Amino acid sequence: MSDISPQEWTAILLSIRVAVIATLVSTPIGIGVAWLLARRDFWGKPIIDAIIYLPLVLPPVVTGYLLLLLLGKRGLLGAWLAEHLGIVFAFRWTGAALACGVMSFPLLVRPIRLSIEAVDRRLEQASSTLGASPWKVFATVTLPLALPGVLAGMVLGFAKAIGEFGATITFVSNIPGETQTISSAIYSLIQTPDGDAAASRLVMISIGIAVLALIASEWFARRATQRLHGN
Amino acid sequence: MVRAPRDATAARKLIVLRVDVFKQLGEFSVDVAFTSEGRVTGLFGSSGAGKTSLVSMIAGLVQPDRGVIAVDSDVLYDGSAHIHVPPHRRRIGYVFQDARLLPHLSVAQNLDYGRRMNRLTRDPTEETRITEMLDIGHLLDRRPGGLSGGERQRVALGRALLSQPRLLLLDEPMGALDEERKAEILPYLKRLRDAGDVPMVFVSHDADEMRQLATQVVMLKRGRVTAFGGTEILPRIIPAA
Repeated sequence: MSDISPQEWTAILLSIRVAVIATLVSTPIGIGVAWLLARRDFWGKPIIDAIIYLPLVLPPVVTGYLLLLLLGKRGLLGAWLAEHLGIVFAFRWTGAALACGVMSFPLLVRPIRLSIEAVDRRLEQASSTLGASPWKVFATVTLPLALPGVLAGMVLGFAKAIGEFGATITFVSNIPGETQTISSAIYSLIQTPDGDAAASRLVMISIGIAVLALIASEWFARRATQRLHGN
Repeated sequence: MVRAPRDATAARKLIVLRVDVFKQLGEFSVDVAFTSEGRVTGLFGSSGAGKTSLVSMIAGLVQPDRGVIAVDSDVLYDGSAHIHVPPHRRRIGYVFQDARLLPHLSVAQNLDYGRRMNRLTRDPTEETRITEMLDIGHLLDRRPGGLSGGERQRVALGRALLSQPRLLLLDEPMGALDEERKAEILPYLKRLRDAGDVPMVFVSHDADEMRQLATQVVMLKRGRVTAFGGTEILPRIIPAA
Protein backbone atom coordinates (compact mmCIF):
# COMPACT_ATOMS: atom_id res chain seq x y z
CA MET A 1 0.00 0.00 0.00
CA SER A 2 3.00 2.29 0.59
CA ASP A 3 3.66 2.70 -3.15
CA ILE A 4 0.38 4.38 -4.02
CA SER A 5 1.23 6.91 -6.69
CA PRO A 6 0.20 10.59 -6.51
CA GLN A 7 -2.25 10.00 -9.35
CA GLU A 8 -3.87 7.15 -7.46
CA TRP A 9 -4.08 9.27 -4.33
CA THR A 10 -5.74 12.03 -6.35
CA ALA A 11 -8.32 9.56 -7.61
CA ILE A 12 -8.97 8.18 -4.11
CA LEU A 13 -9.36 11.63 -2.55
CA LEU A 14 -11.54 12.82 -5.43
CA SER A 15 -13.76 9.76 -5.08
CA ILE A 16 -14.17 10.45 -1.37
CA ARG A 17 -14.92 14.13 -2.00
CA VAL A 18 -17.43 13.32 -4.74
CA ALA A 19 -19.16 10.67 -2.63
CA VAL A 20 -19.26 12.83 0.51
CA ILE A 21 -20.75 15.82 -1.32
CA ALA A 22 -23.21 13.61 -3.22
CA THR A 23 -24.36 11.98 0.04
CA LEU A 24 -24.61 15.21 2.03
CA VAL A 25 -26.63 16.98 -0.65
CA SER A 26 -28.85 13.96 -1.36
CA THR A 27 -29.67 13.19 2.27
CA PRO A 28 -32.05 16.10 3.07
CA ILE A 29 -33.75 15.65 -0.30
CA GLY A 30 -33.90 11.91 0.29
CA ILE A 31 -35.47 12.37 3.74
CA GLY A 32 -38.12 14.66 2.26
CA VAL A 33 -38.90 12.29 -0.60
CA ALA A 34 -38.90 9.26 1.71
CA TRP A 35 -41.33 11.02 4.06
CA LEU A 36 -43.65 11.93 1.19
CA LEU A 37 -43.62 8.37 -0.14
CA ALA A 38 -44.09 6.85 3.31
CA ARG A 39 -46.67 9.19 4.75
CA ARG A 40 -48.59 10.96 2.01
CA ASP A 41 -50.86 9.92 -0.79
CA PHE A 42 -50.91 12.24 -3.75
CA TRP A 43 -51.63 12.20 -7.42
CA GLY A 44 -48.71 10.87 -9.45
CA LYS A 45 -47.08 9.10 -6.51
CA PRO A 46 -46.43 5.90 -8.52
CA ILE A 47 -44.70 8.00 -11.19
CA ILE A 48 -42.43 9.72 -8.66
CA ASP A 49 -41.73 6.35 -7.12
CA ALA A 50 -40.77 4.92 -10.51
CA ILE A 51 -38.54 7.87 -11.44
CA ILE A 52 -36.60 7.57 -8.19
CA TYR A 53 -35.90 3.89 -8.74
CA LEU A 54 -35.16 4.32 -12.44
CA PRO A 55 -31.38 4.81 -12.02
CA LEU A 56 -31.29 1.42 -10.31
CA VAL A 57 -32.65 -0.42 -13.35
CA LEU A 58 -31.51 1.72 -16.27
CA PRO A 59 -28.07 1.04 -17.74
CA PRO A 60 -25.83 3.63 -16.01
CA VAL A 61 -24.62 4.84 -19.39
CA VAL A 62 -28.21 5.79 -20.21
CA THR A 63 -28.56 7.79 -16.99
CA GLY A 64 -25.24 9.49 -17.73
CA TYR A 65 -26.31 10.29 -21.26
CA LEU A 66 -29.63 11.71 -20.05
CA LEU A 67 -27.71 13.89 -17.60
CA LEU A 68 -25.53 15.04 -20.46
CA LEU A 69 -28.58 15.92 -22.55
CA LEU A 70 -30.14 17.78 -19.65
CA LEU A 71 -27.16 19.37 -17.92
CA GLY A 72 -24.35 19.28 -20.49
CA LYS A 73 -22.90 22.52 -21.82
CA ARG A 74 -25.55 22.63 -24.51
CA GLY A 75 -28.11 20.76 -22.45
CA LEU A 76 -31.67 21.97 -21.90
CA LEU A 77 -30.98 23.08 -18.34
CA GLY A 78 -27.19 23.14 -18.49
CA ALA A 79 -26.98 26.01 -21.00
CA TRP A 80 -29.37 28.10 -18.92
CA LEU A 81 -27.56 27.35 -15.63
CA ALA A 82 -24.17 28.22 -17.17
CA GLU A 83 -25.40 31.45 -18.70
CA HIS A 84 -27.50 32.81 -15.82
CA LEU A 85 -25.97 31.32 -12.69
CA GLY A 86 -22.51 30.36 -13.88
CA ILE A 87 -23.05 26.78 -12.73
CA VAL A 88 -21.36 24.19 -14.91
CA PHE A 89 -21.57 20.45 -14.26
CA ALA A 90 -20.13 19.12 -17.49
CA PHE A 91 -16.57 17.76 -17.13
CA ARG A 92 -16.29 19.06 -13.56
CA TRP A 93 -16.01 17.14 -10.30
CA THR A 94 -19.34 18.71 -9.29
CA GLY A 95 -20.85 16.90 -12.28
CA ALA A 96 -19.36 13.66 -10.99
CA ALA A 97 -20.97 14.36 -7.62
CA LEU A 98 -24.31 15.01 -9.33
CA ALA A 99 -24.12 11.78 -11.34
CA CYS A 100 -23.20 9.83 -8.18
CA GLY A 101 -26.01 11.53 -6.26
CA VAL A 102 -28.57 10.53 -8.88
CA MET A 103 -27.26 6.98 -9.15
CA SER A 104 -27.14 6.43 -5.39
CA PHE A 105 -30.48 8.12 -4.66
CA PRO A 106 -32.64 4.95 -4.79
CA LEU A 107 -30.30 3.18 -2.37
CA LEU A 108 -30.32 6.20 -0.07
CA VAL A 109 -34.10 6.68 -0.09
CA ARG A 110 -35.14 3.07 0.42
CA PRO A 111 -33.89 2.46 3.99
CA ILE A 112 -35.08 5.93 5.03
CA ARG A 113 -38.51 5.26 3.63
CA LEU A 114 -38.71 1.86 5.30
CA SER A 115 -37.65 3.27 8.64
CA ILE A 116 -40.19 6.11 8.43
CA GLU A 117 -42.88 3.58 7.56
CA ALA A 118 -41.84 1.60 10.62
CA VAL A 119 -42.37 4.57 12.95
CA ASP A 120 -45.62 3.96 14.83
CA ARG A 121 -48.12 6.54 13.66
CA ARG A 122 -49.89 6.27 16.99
CA LEU A 123 -46.82 7.87 18.57
CA GLU A 124 -47.08 10.72 16.09
CA GLN A 125 -50.75 11.14 17.00
CA ALA A 126 -49.88 11.15 20.69
CA SER A 127 -47.33 13.88 20.17
CA SER A 128 -49.81 15.99 18.20
CA THR A 129 -52.31 15.82 21.07
CA LEU A 130 -49.50 17.12 23.29
CA GLY A 131 -49.27 20.24 21.15
CA ALA A 132 -46.71 19.32 18.49
CA SER A 133 -47.36 20.80 15.05
CA PRO A 134 -46.85 18.45 12.07
CA TRP A 135 -43.35 19.83 11.56
CA LYS A 136 -42.46 19.33 15.24
CA VAL A 137 -43.92 15.82 15.15
CA PHE A 138 -41.56 15.10 12.29
CA ALA A 139 -38.55 16.71 13.99
CA THR A 140 -39.07 15.28 17.51
CA VAL A 141 -40.70 11.89 16.84
CA THR A 142 -40.50 10.65 13.24
CA LEU A 143 -36.95 11.68 12.41
CA PRO A 144 -35.29 10.62 15.69
CA LEU A 145 -37.00 7.23 15.52
CA ALA A 146 -36.06 6.85 11.84
CA LEU A 147 -32.49 8.07 12.38
CA PRO A 148 -30.78 4.68 12.22
CA GLY A 149 -32.50 4.14 8.85
CA VAL A 150 -31.33 7.55 7.70
CA LEU A 151 -27.75 6.67 8.64
CA ALA A 152 -28.05 3.28 6.94
CA GLY A 153 -29.31 5.00 3.79
CA MET A 154 -26.44 7.47 3.92
CA VAL A 155 -23.90 4.67 4.25
CA LEU A 156 -25.37 2.71 1.35
CA GLY A 157 -25.67 5.84 -0.77
CA PHE A 158 -22.07 6.74 0.00
CA ALA A 159 -20.85 3.26 -0.93
CA LYS A 160 -22.76 3.38 -4.20
CA ALA A 161 -21.51 6.91 -4.94
CA ILE A 162 -17.89 6.05 -4.31
CA GLY A 163 -18.05 3.12 -6.72
CA GLU A 164 -20.19 4.71 -9.42
CA PHE A 165 -18.70 4.40 -12.88
CA GLY A 166 -20.99 4.27 -15.90
CA ALA A 167 -23.05 7.42 -15.43
CA THR A 168 -20.07 9.40 -14.20
CA ILE A 169 -17.75 8.55 -17.08
CA THR A 170 -20.52 9.20 -19.61
CA PHE A 171 -21.50 12.54 -18.09
CA VAL A 172 -18.15 14.04 -17.05
CA SER A 173 -15.59 11.80 -18.76
CA ASN A 174 -12.36 10.58 -17.15
CA ILE A 175 -10.10 13.56 -16.53
CA PRO A 176 -7.28 12.94 -14.01
CA GLY A 177 -7.49 15.41 -11.15
CA GLU A 178 -10.96 16.63 -12.09
CA THR A 179 -13.32 13.74 -12.76
CA GLN A 180 -11.17 10.63 -12.49
CA THR A 181 -12.54 8.66 -9.54
CA ILE A 182 -11.25 5.31 -8.25
CA SER A 183 -13.49 3.45 -10.69
CA SER A 184 -12.47 5.39 -13.76
CA ALA A 185 -8.81 5.23 -12.67
CA ILE A 186 -9.07 1.43 -12.45
CA TYR A 187 -10.69 1.41 -15.88
CA SER A 188 -7.82 3.46 -17.34
CA LEU A 189 -5.17 1.41 -15.53
CA ILE A 190 -6.33 -1.97 -16.78
CA GLN A 191 -6.17 -0.67 -20.31
CA THR A 192 -2.57 0.45 -19.75
CA PRO A 193 0.11 -2.25 -20.34
CA ASP A 194 1.82 -1.94 -16.91
CA GLY A 195 -1.21 -0.82 -14.94
CA ASP A 196 -2.10 -4.17 -13.31
CA ALA A 197 -0.36 -3.60 -9.97
CA ALA A 198 -1.83 -0.13 -9.55
CA ALA A 199 -5.24 -1.37 -10.61
CA SER A 200 -5.20 -4.15 -8.01
CA ARG A 201 -4.25 -1.66 -5.28
CA LEU A 202 -7.27 0.46 -6.14
CA VAL A 203 -9.45 -2.65 -6.39
CA MET A 204 -8.43 -3.64 -2.84
CA ILE A 205 -9.24 -0.14 -1.61
CA SER A 206 -12.68 -0.26 -3.26
CA ILE A 207 -13.44 -3.61 -1.68
CA GLY A 208 -12.33 -2.28 1.71
CA ILE A 209 -14.58 0.75 1.48
CA ALA A 210 -17.58 -1.33 0.35
CA VAL A 211 -17.18 -3.89 3.13
CA LEU A 212 -16.83 -1.18 5.77
CA ALA A 213 -19.95 0.55 4.47
CA LEU A 214 -22.00 -2.65 4.57
CA ILE A 215 -20.87 -3.43 8.12
CA ALA A 216 -21.73 0.11 9.21
CA SER A 217 -25.13 -0.10 7.51
CA GLU A 218 -25.90 -3.39 9.26
CA TRP A 219 -24.90 -1.88 12.61
CA PHE A 220 -27.21 1.12 12.12
CA ALA A 221 -30.10 -1.17 11.17
CA ARG A 222 -29.62 -3.12 14.39
CA ARG A 223 -29.59 0.12 16.38
CA ALA A 224 -32.92 1.01 14.75
CA THR A 225 -34.73 -1.97 16.20
CA GLN A 226 -33.21 -1.36 19.64
CA ARG A 227 -34.31 2.25 19.57
CA LEU A 228 -37.89 1.37 18.64
CA HIS A 229 -38.13 -0.95 21.62
CA GLY A 230 -36.98 1.86 23.88
CA ASN A 231 -34.89 0.10 26.49
CA MET B 1 -50.52 31.70 28.50
CA VAL B 2 -52.36 33.10 31.53
CA ARG B 3 -53.49 30.56 34.04
CA ALA B 4 -55.87 30.96 36.93
CA PRO B 5 -54.21 30.60 40.33
CA ARG B 6 -54.51 27.14 41.71
CA ASP B 7 -56.55 27.56 44.88
CA ALA B 8 -59.66 26.01 46.39
CA THR B 9 -62.07 27.98 44.24
CA ALA B 10 -60.16 27.37 41.05
CA ALA B 11 -60.10 23.68 41.83
CA ARG B 12 -63.63 23.15 40.54
CA LYS B 13 -63.15 24.05 36.93
CA LEU B 14 -66.04 23.08 34.71
CA ILE B 15 -66.43 23.27 31.02
CA VAL B 16 -69.25 22.64 28.64
CA LEU B 17 -68.45 19.99 26.08
CA ARG B 18 -70.82 19.99 23.14
CA VAL B 19 -70.65 17.11 20.69
CA ASP B 20 -72.97 16.56 17.77
CA VAL B 21 -71.24 14.53 15.10
CA PHE B 22 -71.78 12.03 12.34
CA LYS B 23 -69.07 9.82 10.91
CA GLN B 24 -69.36 6.89 8.55
CA LEU B 25 -66.72 4.22 9.18
CA GLY B 26 -67.20 1.43 6.68
CA GLU B 27 -70.49 -0.26 7.49
CA PHE B 28 -70.52 1.26 10.94
CA SER B 29 -71.46 4.84 11.69
CA VAL B 30 -71.17 7.10 14.69
CA ASP B 31 -74.07 9.49 15.13
CA VAL B 32 -73.80 11.03 18.55
CA ALA B 33 -75.07 14.20 20.21
CA PHE B 34 -74.71 15.26 23.82
CA THR B 35 -73.83 18.29 25.90
CA SER B 36 -71.99 17.63 29.10
CA GLU B 37 -70.83 19.81 31.97
CA GLY B 38 -69.66 17.18 34.37
CA ARG B 39 -66.27 17.06 35.96
CA VAL B 40 -65.93 13.55 34.57
CA THR B 41 -68.08 12.69 31.59
CA GLY B 42 -68.20 8.94 31.16
CA LEU B 43 -68.58 7.37 27.74
CA PHE B 44 -69.94 3.94 28.51
CA GLY B 45 -70.56 1.06 26.13
CA SER B 46 -69.31 -2.30 25.03
CA SER B 47 -66.49 -2.59 22.51
CA GLY B 48 -67.64 -1.53 19.06
CA ALA B 49 -69.96 1.11 20.48
CA GLY B 50 -67.88 3.86 18.88
CA LYS B 51 -66.28 5.22 22.06
CA THR B 52 -62.74 5.45 20.71
CA SER B 53 -63.94 6.93 17.39
CA LEU B 54 -65.78 9.56 19.36
CA VAL B 55 -62.83 10.58 21.55
CA SER B 56 -60.57 10.61 18.47
CA MET B 57 -62.97 13.13 16.95
CA ILE B 58 -62.94 15.24 20.11
CA ALA B 59 -59.12 15.17 20.05
CA GLY B 60 -59.10 16.07 16.36
CA LEU B 61 -57.30 12.91 15.23
CA VAL B 62 -60.32 11.86 13.20
CA GLN B 63 -62.41 14.34 11.30
CA PRO B 64 -66.20 13.80 11.46
CA ASP B 65 -68.22 13.86 8.23
CA ARG B 66 -70.42 16.59 9.65
CA GLY B 67 -71.52 18.18 12.88
CA VAL B 68 -70.11 20.35 15.65
CA ILE B 69 -67.63 19.86 18.47
CA ALA B 70 -67.17 22.73 20.91
CA VAL B 71 -65.54 23.27 24.28
CA ASP B 72 -67.31 26.16 25.98
CA SER B 73 -67.68 28.79 23.27
CA ASP B 74 -64.63 27.54 21.40
CA VAL B 75 -65.66 25.67 18.25
CA LEU B 76 -63.16 22.92 17.45
CA TYR B 77 -65.04 21.40 14.58
CA ASP B 78 -67.93 22.70 12.52
CA GLY B 79 -68.58 20.83 9.31
CA SER B 80 -70.82 23.44 7.73
CA ALA B 81 -68.39 26.29 8.54
CA HIS B 82 -65.37 24.19 7.42
CA ILE B 83 -63.72 24.54 10.81
CA HIS B 84 -61.39 21.74 11.84
CA VAL B 85 -58.88 22.83 14.47
CA PRO B 86 -55.87 20.47 14.20
CA PRO B 87 -55.13 18.34 17.29
CA HIS B 88 -52.03 20.29 18.30
CA ARG B 89 -54.06 23.49 18.68
CA ARG B 90 -56.95 22.00 20.64
CA ARG B 91 -55.27 21.84 24.04
CA ILE B 92 -56.99 18.55 24.73
CA GLY B 93 -54.92 15.95 26.54
CA TYR B 94 -55.33 12.33 25.48
CA VAL B 95 -54.36 9.30 27.51
CA PHE B 96 -54.45 6.30 25.21
CA GLN B 97 -55.17 2.76 26.22
CA ASP B 98 -51.64 1.82 25.17
CA ALA B 99 -49.89 4.83 26.82
CA ARG B 100 -47.85 5.68 23.68
CA LEU B 101 -44.84 7.03 25.51
CA LEU B 102 -42.10 8.17 23.17
CA PRO B 103 -39.60 5.29 23.30
CA HIS B 104 -36.53 7.39 22.48
CA LEU B 105 -37.07 9.77 25.38
CA SER B 106 -36.66 9.24 29.12
CA VAL B 107 -39.67 9.43 31.43
CA ALA B 108 -38.64 12.96 32.45
CA GLN B 109 -38.40 14.03 28.80
CA ASN B 110 -41.78 12.44 28.06
CA LEU B 111 -43.30 14.38 30.94
CA ASP B 112 -41.75 17.60 29.72
CA TYR B 113 -42.70 17.04 26.06
CA GLY B 114 -46.03 18.87 26.08
CA ARG B 115 -44.56 21.87 27.84
CA ARG B 116 -41.78 22.09 25.23
CA MET B 117 -44.17 21.74 22.31
CA ASN B 118 -46.49 24.42 23.70
CA ARG B 119 -43.59 26.67 24.70
CA LEU B 120 -44.88 26.97 28.25
CA THR B 121 -42.59 28.17 31.00
CA ARG B 122 -41.33 25.55 33.37
CA ASP B 123 -43.33 25.18 36.56
CA PRO B 124 -41.32 23.06 39.03
CA THR B 125 -44.03 23.17 41.73
CA GLU B 126 -46.59 21.80 39.31
CA GLU B 127 -44.14 19.15 38.07
CA THR B 128 -43.48 18.03 41.63
CA ARG B 129 -47.18 18.06 42.50
CA ILE B 130 -48.06 15.85 39.55
CA THR B 131 -45.12 13.44 39.84
CA GLU B 132 -46.00 13.05 43.54
CA MET B 133 -49.71 12.63 42.90
CA LEU B 134 -48.94 9.85 40.42
CA ASP B 135 -45.95 8.39 42.32
CA ILE B 136 -43.65 8.50 39.32
CA GLY B 137 -40.81 10.56 40.78
CA HIS B 138 -38.56 7.49 41.06
CA LEU B 139 -39.04 6.66 37.35
CA LEU B 140 -37.79 9.95 35.88
CA ASP B 141 -34.46 8.66 34.57
CA ARG B 142 -35.89 5.44 33.15
CA ARG B 143 -36.82 4.69 29.54
CA PRO B 144 -40.45 3.74 28.76
CA GLY B 145 -39.35 0.29 27.49
CA GLY B 146 -38.45 -0.80 31.02
CA LEU B 147 -41.67 0.27 32.75
CA SER B 148 -44.58 -1.91 33.83
CA GLY B 149 -48.00 -1.34 32.25
CA GLY B 150 -49.29 0.52 35.29
CA GLU B 151 -46.20 2.73 35.50
CA ARG B 152 -46.44 3.51 31.80
CA GLN B 153 -50.06 4.54 32.16
CA ARG B 154 -49.27 6.81 35.12
CA VAL B 155 -46.48 8.49 33.16
CA ALA B 156 -48.85 8.95 30.19
CA LEU B 157 -51.34 10.55 32.56
CA GLY B 158 -48.69 12.87 33.98
CA ARG B 159 -47.47 13.75 30.51
CA ALA B 160 -50.98 14.72 29.39
CA LEU B 161 -51.58 16.76 32.56
CA LEU B 162 -48.30 18.67 32.27
CA SER B 163 -49.23 19.84 28.77
CA GLN B 164 -51.89 21.88 30.64
CA PRO B 165 -54.94 20.73 28.69
CA ARG B 166 -58.36 22.26 29.19
CA LEU B 167 -59.91 18.82 28.82
CA LEU B 168 -58.45 15.39 29.40
CA LEU B 169 -59.56 12.37 27.39
CA LEU B 170 -58.99 9.02 29.07
CA ASP B 171 -59.59 6.22 26.59
CA GLU B 172 -59.87 3.02 28.64
CA PRO B 173 -56.71 3.95 30.52
CA MET B 174 -56.96 0.68 32.40
CA GLY B 175 -58.10 -1.42 29.47
CA ALA B 176 -54.74 -3.01 28.78
CA LEU B 177 -54.09 -3.80 32.44
CA ASP B 178 -54.92 -6.85 34.50
CA GLU B 179 -57.15 -6.57 37.61
CA GLU B 180 -54.26 -6.00 39.94
CA ARG B 181 -52.79 -3.17 37.84
CA LYS B 182 -56.23 -1.63 37.44
CA ALA B 183 -56.55 -1.40 41.18
CA GLU B 184 -53.18 0.33 41.04
CA ILE B 185 -54.39 3.07 38.66
CA LEU B 186 -57.93 3.71 39.83
CA PRO B 187 -56.98 5.57 43.03
CA TYR B 188 -54.82 7.96 40.98
CA LEU B 189 -57.70 8.73 38.67
CA LYS B 190 -59.94 9.40 41.64
CA ARG B 191 -57.29 11.61 43.15
CA LEU B 192 -57.08 13.47 39.86
CA ARG B 193 -60.84 13.90 39.69
CA ASP B 194 -61.00 15.19 43.25
CA ALA B 195 -58.09 17.59 42.70
CA GLY B 196 -60.39 18.82 39.97
CA ASP B 197 -57.97 20.94 37.94
CA VAL B 198 -59.02 19.49 34.63
CA PRO B 199 -62.36 18.18 33.41
CA MET B 200 -62.19 14.69 31.95
CA VAL B 201 -63.89 12.44 29.47
CA PHE B 202 -63.52 8.90 30.72
CA VAL B 203 -64.11 6.00 28.34
CA SER B 204 -64.83 2.53 29.68
CA HIS B 205 -66.87 -0.61 29.15
CA ASP B 206 -66.71 -1.44 32.84
CA ALA B 207 -69.80 -0.25 34.74
CA ASP B 208 -68.05 -0.53 38.06
CA GLU B 209 -65.13 1.70 37.01
CA MET B 210 -67.61 4.11 35.52
CA ARG B 211 -69.64 4.31 38.71
CA GLN B 212 -66.51 5.06 40.70
CA LEU B 213 -65.26 7.86 38.47
CA ALA B 214 -67.90 9.49 36.31
CA THR B 215 -70.16 12.34 37.33
CA GLN B 216 -72.22 12.12 34.14
CA VAL B 217 -72.66 9.19 31.81
CA VAL B 218 -73.27 8.96 28.09
CA MET B 219 -74.33 5.42 27.17
CA LEU B 220 -73.39 4.33 23.69
CA LYS B 221 -74.49 1.38 21.64
CA ARG B 222 -73.49 0.76 18.01
CA GLY B 223 -72.58 4.38 17.45
CA ARG B 224 -75.74 5.87 18.97
CA VAL B 225 -76.52 7.43 22.37
CA THR B 226 -78.98 5.21 24.23
CA ALA B 227 -79.07 7.09 27.54
CA PHE B 228 -77.62 10.16 29.21
CA GLY B 229 -77.64 11.05 32.88
CA GLY B 230 -76.02 10.40 36.23
CA THR B 231 -74.28 7.17 37.22
CA GLU B 232 -77.67 5.72 38.23
CA ILE B 233 -78.33 4.91 34.55
CA LEU B 234 -75.48 2.39 34.56
CA PRO B 235 -76.50 -1.28 34.58
CA ARG B 236 -76.62 -2.77 38.06
CA ILE B 237 -74.23 -5.54 38.78
CA ILE B 238 -75.12 -8.09 41.38
CA PRO B 239 -71.98 -8.26 43.52
CA ALA B 240 -70.38 -11.66 43.59
CA ALA B 241 -71.12 -13.43 46.85
